[in-house]
Formats: sequence, structure tokens, C-alpha cells
Amino acid sequence: MLTSFISVLYDGFAYGMLLFVLSVGLSVTLGMMNFVNLAHCAFAMLGGYVTVTMINHLGWPFLATLPIAFLAAAVASVLLERTLYRSLYGRSDLDHCLLTIGIVFVSVAGAAYIFGTLQQPIQVPSWLRGTWVVGNLTFGVYRAFLIVVGLALAAALIVSLEYTRFGATVRAAVDNQRMARGLGIDVDRVFMLTFALGSGLAGLGGALAIEIVGLDHSFALHYLIYVLIVVSVGGMGSIWGSFVAAVVLGVSDMAGKYWLPQLGSFLIYLVMVGILMWRPLGLFGKR
Amino acid sequence: MAEAAPRGMTDWIASRARWRIGEIVFWLACLLPLLPAQYLPSFLQPFWIFDRYLQLLSQIAITALFAISLDLILGYAGVVSLGHAAFFGLGAYAAGLISKFWFTDPLLGLLCSALLAGALGYISSFVILRFHGLALIMITLGLGQLLAEAANSASWLTGGADALQGIRAGKIFGVFEFDIYGQTAYIYALVVTFLVFLVARRITNSPFGMSIRGIRDNSRRMLAIGAPNQQHLRRVFTIAAAMAGVAGALLTQTTQTCSLETLNFQRSADVLVILILGGVGRLYGAMAGAIIYMIARDIFSDVNPQYWYFWIGLLLIAVVRYMPDGLLGGLSFLGSKLRRS
Amino acid sequence: MNDAATVLSASGVNKSFGSLVVANNIEFNLPTGQRHALIGPNGAGKTTFINLLTGMLQPDSGAIRLAGEDITNTPPAVRVKRGLVRTFQINTLFPQLTPIEAVTMAVCERRGEATTWWRGLSHYHEAIAEADQILTSLRLDKVATRTTRELAYGQQRLLEIALALATKPKVLLLDEPAAGVPKDESEDLFEVIAGLSSDLSILFIEHDMDIVFRFASHIIVLVSGAILVQGPPAEIAANPLVREVYLGKGRHGHAHS
Repeated sequence: MLTSFISVLYDGFAYGMLLFVLSVGLSVTLGMMNFVNLAHCAFAMLGGYVTVTMINHLGWPFLATLPIAFLAAAVASVLLERTLYRSLYGRSDLDHCLLTIGIVFVSVAGAAYIFGTLQQPIQVPSWLRGTWVVGNLTFGVYRAFLIVVGLALAAALIVSLEYTRFGATVRAAVDNQRMARGLGIDVDRVFMLTFALGSGLAGLGGALAIEIVGLDHSFALHYLIYVLIVVSVGGMGSIWGSFVAAVVLGVSDMAGKYWLPQLGSFLIYLVMVGILMWRPLGLFGKR
Repeated sequence: MAEAAPRGMTDWIASRARWRIGEIVFWLACLLPLLPAQYLPSFLQPFWIFDRYLQLLSQIAITALFAISLDLILGYAGVVSLGHAAFFGLGAYAAGLISKFWFTDPLLGLLCSALLAGALGYISSFVILRFHGLALIMITLGLGQLLAEAANSASWLTGGADALQGIRAGKIFGVFEFDIYGQTAYIYALVVTFLVFLVARRITNSPFGMSIRGIRDNSRRMLAIGAPNQQHLRRVFTIAAAMAGVAGALLTQTTQTCSLETLNFQRSADVLVILILGGVGRLYGAMAGAIIYMIARDIFSDVNPQYWYFWIGLLLIAVVRYMPDGLLGGLSFLGSKLRRS
Repeated sequence: MNDAATVLSASGVNKSFGSLVVANNIEFNLPTGQRHALIGPNGAGKTTFINLLTGMLQPDSGAIRLAGEDITNTPPAVRVKRGLVRTFQINTLFPQLTPIEAVTMAVCERRGEATTWWRGLSHYHEAIAEADQILTSLRLDKVATRTTRELAYGQQRLLEIALALATKPKVLLLDEPAAGVPKDESEDLFEVIAGLSSDLSILFIEHDMDIVFRFASHIIVLVSGAILVQGPPAEIAANPLVREVYLGKGRHGHAHS
């Protein structure tokens, strides 16, 4: 019992770190601009396919593809923000949802057209593939890598938001956009940079996710629901909230799969509905 | 003062609710597919060769009914839902299970399904209507998924992933049997859809309909004139849920199958897309959306089911970006422009 | 406040957000049929006071009475039913309804007919007649069948009042009814308000002193959440404190002695 408990906790935490990297960008941009960007995971999927292509066709090493996945998603997101999103800022949540779900549909079909509908295999370096055995417990090395990356990113984000000048402008824009504009902060530029950063992180998450959950054309739709759960449970605009929610979700999903496989994803929806009924704005949401 | 009864205003309000020629023509046209092929214009005849076109038409009627039920809460009351399939699916399973274990009369089955779905709508409205924005979208999605997962787990009752077995089809009024050509099924689906549409149309022209539109436009002001917003919203949510239940029950009864697909997220998302494409808050938008979507899916997904969503996605982007009132809204805008020039 | 003629009163009402005091021991009486004006510099707490009266905000202490009954803990919607109704400084209307639809709907809400979903609105002749009469009294009858969104701004300000009148209020709280309306039009608007039934008691917020002195029977000057002084227009006009604090604000920029 204790053995399985520890491995569920370990695997769940690693999965939670993955969800955190995938969703933190959406949480911050939602908190700032109130723009419901359902295409967030399409950027993640883009990052995943960039990594797959660079490894399998260009022979790059896995780690070297990660920054490229980040950049590709960031650039793509800025292009979309400029051309499509910008015109919709004054409109309703529903319009945001519909436009961006349209983008998801297009990207899913596009991915199926280019890459087919099969799972994309990748080769991670051998030092990431093994397991450590402690007593009768086994710990996957790649999961440890995910945990390290996730924790490092969370720390970096929280520290830079708290202590850098750019972080201060982001916080101001999330707290009160009107006030921030009044103080002379160029909110549109801050938003664009944050949006690019957040989407880039999603791209990175998409690349990191391949080894754990695989990658196919439906990634943008399938993981969207997980990401939205993290954002709504954690509370919009809160990095710490996304972190906690991602861990809660990762562990409860893993626990459900391990102990109650017949329930499917019942458990995660139950956790989400329960938390939202208790705190409609999410665990750390202010608005 | 009431003596100075302003006939003008009453007439004007009455004129808003009056049947237009286009509406009557539309509903009459729905009867055309029932005519034998030789009485039809020659360009339409090829479509009548295949029996499955009547089945497709039944599906369109049912989808339109489902979209109308969503239009009442989304288009008129302004409540977004990504879990509307819950009521559709409940109605579908209720109709199937009732026919399997209890009685086979379709109309009574329809009524029971409607009552059950309405009851679920009433109960869930107490939870759902406390939320707004993203949280509302997520809570409706979450509750819908919970029901879908529950139906999947309860395979002893629902058949789980193997779909519900043993659905029996009774005769309508004890007389009309469901035939293999789908003729009875189409008439049945069409008549029920039309009757529910009449109810929805009446609601939108009633004092209550005005009040829910008021809540959609400005809930704060409704409170300031002393309106019981939550009570109004619970009521329309319950009615819409019952209507969705009728749609689900119709699907089970006309196809004699009922699977988990009636409950899944895809169905909730599809009906939302259909309504948006057609145009919200005008009832006929729901119908236009259902007709276009179902026919296009029938054509394109034969060619290549993988890429069907590419076009839907593109269409969604275009509609949201350039036609906020949907295709029907865009058409009526064009029409009024043409008339003026 | 035990005066039988007092329809709305506030006694010892306090409210603060953290260290910011927005209502400081306010004593207020509105006699039946009177038109009182609430004036004061920006941020004095005028709209906050209206929110306290209508129940959109809950006072920290003190009591609010309507027609002699304590309504301090009564929910906003119930206060509306009992006849305490407000309008908004920023248009708070139903953009997609026409004025006749919106006002008829508000009348139906009051008459308890708004839960009827099986009968067409056009059958409610009395409600429509009443709505028409309200719109005519506010000179909106000509545009009653146009979508609210398309109305001129001044007409939308009048519709604000029409919606409130549809609830048959005893007391009407008008939050800057002429906000954003050009000066000549705002006098017309106040002429219309002055012409409303004399049973109706009105408290209005207004910045234009000419209008205040012309239309108010009694003026309350609010500064930093507290009533500085109140009295009939002539008294207020002559009061040196008011001149300094409120009227003098434009001249000196600062209002401190």
C-alpha cells in the first residue's frame, strides 16, 4: 500500500509539473486580459511537433529542441494575437471561446493532414530513459527531470514576477488594467510579451509531454480540458494557484487511474466541481 | 388612462410575434420530403433515391430541436453551457430504458424523458447559476462529464461502451409503426420538433421571454427594477433541459439505439457550434445551423472525416470575426440593406 | 424622523472600506412628495449613499427606514417592491429591447406577470397601456419601438427614468439623471422630472448648481462621507461653508480651510 502510495505521489507530482508548464501561461494571460484562449494547447501541440520533427528528421538532440519548441510557439502566438485576437478584446467570453476553438479545430485537422493521426514516437537521450530502484520502488528518471524542470520554472516565474521590473508591470496589469494604463504602463506590449512567454511555455510543455503522454493530432483538444481545469481551479492570474491546482489534478488523476480505473476521469471532474462549488473563483483567484 | 389604450403599441408588439410568410413556407417545405419522388421538381429527385436521406432529415430535426433548447438559455437568457448534452443524453437513456423495462408507447416515453431531464435541469440550475464567465463554462463542462463518466461506469444499466441493448419500439398512438424507410420516424421527429418549437416561440414572445432577455442584456438593471433574476433563470434552464431531453428521447426512439455519444462533450460542443453558426437568439438560427451543419457533415465526412473539422473551424473563425449574429443574422442584415437601397 | 410625512430616512448610517470612511454618521429625512438634491464634490460619497439606501451596500451601523419600516437588512429587490427605486449615473439599460418592450416588461415584473411564459406579451393590454403612458409622459412615445441601442443619448437618459417609474415607486433616487447631457437639454430633462406626480418623493444627485437651485426644495451637501450642511436652497446658497468647500472648489482648486 505504502509502495503504491509513494509511486502515485511521485508519478502524479511529475504529471502535475507537466500540467503546470502547460497551463501557467494561460492563467496569467487570462488574469491580465480576460481573454479566454482555448487555442493555448494548440501552441503546446505546435511545440511538440517541432520537437518531433527536429529529432526525427534533422537529428537534433532532445534537449536542444526544447528552446526551439518554446520559440516556435511564442512566435506563432504573437502572429495570431496580432491578426485575430486583437480585434476581439472588447467582446464576450463566448466569442473568445468560439474563435479560439475554431483555431483548435483548424490546427487539429492541419496536424492530421501533415503528420497523420498516429502517435509520434521520439527518442529521448538514454540518460533520461532509465529508472532508479530503491527497495521495491522504481522511480522513472524522466519524471525526475520533469519535476526538476517544473520546480525550476515555477521558482523562476514566481521570483521574476515578484522581484523584476517586468514582473511588477505584469502584476500591475493583472491586478487592475485601467490603473496600470493610468500609470503609463504600455499594457498592450506587456500583454503581448506575457502572451508570447506563456504560449512559449505551453510549447515547451508540449515537447516535454511527448515522452509521458504521447503526441497526436488531438493533443490540442484533449489537453485543453486539463489545462482549463488547472486554470479555473487554481484561479485566474495566479502562478502559485496554477502550481497547486496542477499538483492536485496530477496526483488525483494518477490516483484515479491507479486505484479506480473503472471510474475513468470521474475523479478529476469531481475534484474540479467540488473545488469550484467551494470557491467559485478558484483556490487563489481574486476576481 | 388605460382607456387611452394605445392600439398602436399593442399592435406593434403583436406584430413582432406574428407569423411571417417565410416561416410558413419553411415549415411547409419540411413536408416535401414525404411526397413521392415523381411529384417533385426534377432537380430534387436524385436525393429521394436513397432511403437514408429521410434518416438524415430526422437527425436534422432532432439536432435543430436540441439547438433550440440551447438557444433559449444561451441566446435569450445569456447563460453559456458546455454541458448541455447531459440533458440530451439523460432523455435518450430514459427513453431507451423505459421502453426496455416498462412500456413502449413513444409519446408517454417522450413525456417521461422530458420530465426527468427537466428535473435534472431544475436541480443542477441551483449549482450552475451561481457561476459566471470561465467558471460557468467549466462547471457546466464538469457536470456534463461527470454524468457521462457515471453512465460509462454504470454499464449494468446503460450497457457502457457497448451502447444500450434491448430498446423496443412501440407504435405511435398504438397505430403508426416505425418503418424501415424512416418515414414514420421523420414525421414523428418533425411534428414533435414543430410542437416544441411552437412552445419556444411562445416563450420568447411572452412577458417571461422579455424578462430573460432583460437579464441577458443587463442583469444589474433587472435587480434594480425588482426582478427575481435567479428564479427566472432557473425556470428557463428547467424548460430548456426538458426540451433537450425530448430531443434525446426522439433520437433513441427513431434510431432504436442509444450510446454514450448522446452524453459526451463532443455533442455539447457541436450543438454550441451549430447555434453560433446559425445565429443565437432567433430560434431559426438554431434550425439554419442544424441544417447546414448536418448536411455539410454528411457530405464532407464521407470524403474525409479527418478534415471535416478544418472547415468547421474556419467557418467558426469567420463567423465570430465577421458575422457576430451568425449566418442567419448576416443574411437578414444583407436583406435589410438590399431592401433599403 | 418620526414625522408621519417622512417617507425615507437614514439615521446614524456609517460605512467604511478599510480606513476609508465613505459614510460618516449620516442623518437624512425625505418627506413625502419633496424633491431633495444631494450635492458635493467628486468622491464625497453621493453614489455610495444611494447604494446604502437601496441595499446594494450594507451599512456598518445605523438604520434605514422606508415609510416607517426598518429596511436596513431588507434585500434590494424587496426594497424595490416596497417602492424604493433608483436610476444609474451610467446608462444601465437593455440595449437589445425597445423602450416599449423594456418598460412593459418592467410593469409586468411589478404586477407579478413576468413568470407567465405561455401567453404572448401583446395580451397584456393594461401593462402596455401603462408603459405607453410612462413613455409618453417622458416624451419617448415617438421612439418607443426603436431598439434602445439606437436611441439618442438624451433619450436613453429618459429611459433610465422610465424604467424606474414602471415599478411605481414611492421614492425615486436619481443618480445624476443628466450626466453627460448638454446643458440646455439637461434643463428640459429636469422639467420632465419636475412634472412627475407630486406623490412621488425624489432625491437626486446633480452637479449643475443652477439646476439644483431651481428644482430642489431642499439641498444636502455631502463632503467626505459626512453631511456638511443641509437646508432650503436660499440658505445653502448663502452658507459661507458651502461656498468655500463646494462652490469655491473651482476657484481655489483646494477645499480646505
